[in-house]
Amino acid sequence: MTDSILEVTDLSVEFATYGGRVKAVRGVSFDVKAGETLAIVGESGCGKSVTVQSLMGIIPMPPGEITGGVAKLNGKDILGLTSKEANEFRGVKIGMIFQDPMTSLNPTMTIGDQIAETLMVHRGMGKKDAFDRAIELLEKTKISEASKRAKQYPFEFSGGMLQRAMIAQSLACNPSLLIADEPTTALDVTIQAQILELMSELQRTENMSIILITHDLAVVARMADRVAVMYAGQIVESGTVDEIFYESAHPYTLGLRAAMPSNKTTREKKLTPILGSPPDLFHPPTGCGYFARCPYAMKSCEKMLPPECLLTAESNHQSRCWLQHPDAPRVQELFQPARTQEEAPDAG
Amino acid sequence: MLVKTENLKKHFQIGRGQNLHAVDGLSIEIAENEILGLVGESGSGKSTFGKTLIGLHPATSGKAYYKGEELPQRFTAADHLKYSRELQMIFQDPYSSLNPRMTVLDIVGEGISIQGQHTQSQVKELVAEWLIKVGLNADHMSRYPHEFSGGQRQRIGIARAMIIEPRFVVCDEPISALDVSVQAQVINLLDELKSSMGLTMLFIAHDLSMVRYVSDRMAVMYLGTLVEMGPSDQVFFEPQHPYTKLLIESNPEPDPRLERERGFVPIQGEITSPVNVGAGCRFADRCPSMSEQCQRETPPITQIASDHVVSCHLFS
Repeated sequence: MTDSILEVTDLSVEFATYGGRVKAVRGVSFDVKAGETLAIVGESGCGKSVTVQSLMGIIPMPPGEITGGVAKLNGKDILGLTSKEANEFRGVKIGMIFQDPMTSLNPTMTIGDQIAETLMVHRGMGKKDAFDRAIELLEKTKISEASKRAKQYPFEFSGGMLQRAMIAQSLACNPSLLIADEPTTALDVTIQAQILELMSELQRTENMSIILITHDLAVVARMADRVAVMYAGQIVESGTVDEIFYESAHPYTLGLRAAMPSNKTTREKKLTPILGSPPDLFHPPTGCGYFARCPYAMKSCEKMLPPECLLTAESNHQSRCWLQHPDAPRVQELFQPARTQEEAPDAG
Repeated sequence: MLVKTENLKKHFQIGRGQNLHAVDGLSIEIAENEILGLVGESGSGKSTFGKTLIGLHPATSGKAYYKGEELPQRFTAADHLKYSRELQMIFQDPYSSLNPRMTVLDIVGEGISIQGQHTQSQVKELVAEWLIKVGLNADHMSRYPHEFSGGQRQRIGIARAMIIEPRFVVCDEPISALDVSVQAQVINLLDELKSSMGLTMLFIAHDLSMVRYVSDRMAVMYLGTLVEMGPSDQVFFEPQHPYTKLLIESNPEPDPRLERERGFVPIQGEITSPVNVGAGCRFADRCPSMSEQCQRETPPITQIASDHVVSCHLFS
């Protein structure tokens, strides 16, 4: 596709540990188009953070190792760069913000100096200019009294303010792609709303693409254009945000949705947890990763990995599930009960 | 009323002349077999309130009652022994709330061992029974906390509180550290235990959708004070206090169409410092409908329906 700025194909990442090799990411492919937000959703340990960290080249190697795949940013390979080459694009072409701003910023430097440092390293700006630009960036992220704030240290900032400062830093070199790894998980809903609003606004004004890593489906509904659902190191379903929420085509996606109360859920209706736990990625299953927890599992699911099945010819909605395979018996009826059960109250 | 507080306050001295008003005069009642949800931003004092209520913090002033009997302001060792049979707590962080050097048997069995009504072997039997009840395995009892996942640890924390068969449990953010699929497991478990043991709960959380789903009534706190309390659905769907409105508006729904339609104006500013707060409404500086009166006078608690109270000058 021509309008994709990032294309990832068949990415695999493993970690060598004392217990053996953990296959954290197992053949992940996705693309990000200019100006859109792609949300990668999944539970802890599903490999969503490792995926983007390997794109940024911030996985410690060893023990980490990218065992396969290609990632191209604007047509240029970004895996397997030398550390010098990696430094030239990291923070410049791609900006990144993290879940915990308190531990991601340097506690011994003022906020202004940290942002200025980025500009001095990547843009060759002088100290004074860089610091002035840092203040502008802080203003852009709506930090009041930015020139005073720039001279303060991280401990003097609240969590929400720190996240703004980190966004300011990540924007320093006008990246075309911002990776946000659980940016609001540590924040209160009110502050989360402010940060999400800030991100969408900056996305419009700076014309950035965003990869949003999160486990919170509500945040996905609010922010995403497209969604990739990850489970056990693989993308099990991908499509537009509406396809994922209203036409869920993978049992795991359905399971996630049934596990959360919606506005309409009353106490009489029990939440449906997903029983069991994710598979051991030291020895990943040969078949579908979700087999052991799937209410619709068939015998073939255990041994054979389902391919990524396209749901309709027109859309790009894919599901890695045998039930969606063209040769499978009609499955619409199978998924329907779970879906109507969840959405029935919406009708009235 | 099983549990009741009257103007309960907890202030912390944090240096010369610096008083942190964590909980500043909270009056609530919780009926037998009811779940009261308590929501608010971090720093609003909800955890401190839960802990003060069951004697883990000595109260600064005000009164707390359990079964009509006034609880001591500062618990002595004997008080702890007496009340821990009935009042228990489940903590937020399943990683730091379990002693890493104790086995599961010691952690879960410690309470009933201290109560001293059971022999060693009875304690062991009970621990085994409870581990199974919370969905773990009896032979997990010789293991240490680090051998378990977050969800499993939270179950250990639940078993530790429930083995005593308490009447009243403070659940302090019991699910916020857990994955969505596991959250539902823990919520369903608490719900089962509630009906089988006739528990009363104070359910503290910041996940508004979950609190609405779990609790019968909902109380909203801001900077140590109660801003609104009423039946969960009423507070959630028809919030009255400006803060509650903004809080609920900030809460995203897992529904993209709804999110697109939402005219989105996030609440401005951040929660202010609870140190040395003066008169006036605590929310005044962030409130869209603030008037001069709000800065001068603390709003009284106003009853707007039989079971719905709001603390705001708009209603007084």
